[in-house]
Amino acid sequence: MNFLPLWRYFDHFAEGVVVTLELTIVAAIAGLVIGVAGAVALRGRVKPLALLVRAYIEIFRNTPSLIQIFLIFFVLPTFGLKLPAFEAAAVALSLYFGAYSVEIVRAGLDSVPKSQIEAGHCLGLTGWQVFRHVVLPPALRNAYPAVTSQFVLLLLGTSLASQVAAGELFHVAGFVESRTYRSFEVYAVICALYFAMAMGFKLLFTAFGLLAFRWPRRR
Amino acid sequence: MALVEVRDVHKKFGRVEVLKGVSLDVAEGEIVTIIGRSGSGKSTLLRCINALETIEGGEIRVEGRSVHTRMKDLRLFRQRVGIVFQAFNLFPHLKVERNITLAPLLTGRTTKAAARALAEEVLARVGLSDKIDAWPDQLSGGQQQRVAIARCLAMRPHLMLFDEVTSALDPELVGEVLKVMEEMARQGMTMILVTHEMGFARNVANRIVFMHQGRVWEEGPPSKLFTAPETPELASFIANTK
Repeated sequence: MNFLPLWRYFDHFAEGVVVTLELTIVAAIAGLVIGVAGAVALRGRVKPLALLVRAYIEIFRNTPSLIQIFLIFFVLPTFGLKLPAFEAAAVALSLYFGAYSVEIVRAGLDSVPKSQIEAGHCLGLTGWQVFRHVVLPPALRNAYPAVTSQFVLLLLGTSLASQVAAGELFHVAGFVESRTYRSFEVYAVICALYFAMAMGFKLLFTAFGLLAFRWPRRR
Repeated sequence: MALVEVRDVHKKFGRVEVLKGVSLDVAEGEIVTIIGRSGSGKSTLLRCINALETIEGGEIRVEGRSVHTRMKDLRLFRQRVGIVFQAFNLFPHLKVERNITLAPLLTGRTTKAAARALAEEVLARVGLSDKIDAWPDQLSGGQQQRVAIARCLAMRPHLMLFDEVTSALDPELVGEVLKVMEEMARQGMTMILVTHEMGFARNVANRIVFMHQGRVWEEGPPSKLFTAPETPELASFIANTK
């Protein structure tokens, strides 16, 4: 076992970590936007739209994410939409994370009692004001633990983007391994890096949760 | 002209007719208590007055304007009508101050600078000045209900509806809520209450409305209704609540 030959590739690993983080954060933000919008559509009165969202969720949750990335990277160009590897992976992972987020956010919204919405309307608030000020904060709190654990799965799932050479950490590992033939050492290193990132986010989320959701839990 | 005019209102839940032609007038400054067995339609009637429920027939007018046919300014209407529920329905994620000032701020009835003073004023009226920075779930049921009343008062309502507001409270907490309501009555607020508090109905209300099987069965001043009920249904109801 010898980790020393890997030192020369420090910059490559650093670059891989950065790309992994970029991919994760872009997909998480886009996915959350999809999640909130999709959850609202799912609960809305426009049935065809709700059906469309439902179909999207089922397709993306019941097919391998690797194939989703491949489809967007290799198949979309035949329809004239050619995306570079990073962008293709970002789109695929956003849609993947979005599909899970919709269900998580929907469950969060459903957890807010009808009587709360009624109370908001009785005070003369608009539908949007009730959603924004009465429903959303407790819904986000209830959805938060599930969103954060899904986020960690997304972070680890970005390794799939290596298959279209998106330049993230797992792809870097393959590159370094082919140069050094130190398989065990290379994968031990990126394993530790993934672990450190996941734990770092976990700490960050816990701290943010404590700051954002300060009201006492209902008994 | 009466502040609230209920004319021959019919309301169904599915195939069950809950209100079978209810008519009722409430004058400004009047305190009307609706009593009756559970299932008699009294809470439904109250919810119809605030357009929380749709109606299948008849008309409800508040301040001369039909409640169920002018959805456009329903929000403005509701800003003038306060309703307090059995389950308080405070917003758990907002402190007491913000619970009270949320609607006045969002509807432009107060400014950021004046909001705290508004919360202090209405909290003083319900005797909870020291709870302005508390979370709702840190308060007792009675205190939460008084905050809910204060939240309505902050909107300067012309009419207050109370839907069994003491039914979810421990017996020793009922008194503090009733005291607040008595004070509001003394200050001339128009109030319609659904309640099981017969003492309150007897001592504070101007008029008792007894509902039975979706109809106004009997109504009149408490002195008359409690001592000389005309219908056997009311007589047995009173006997059972003693």
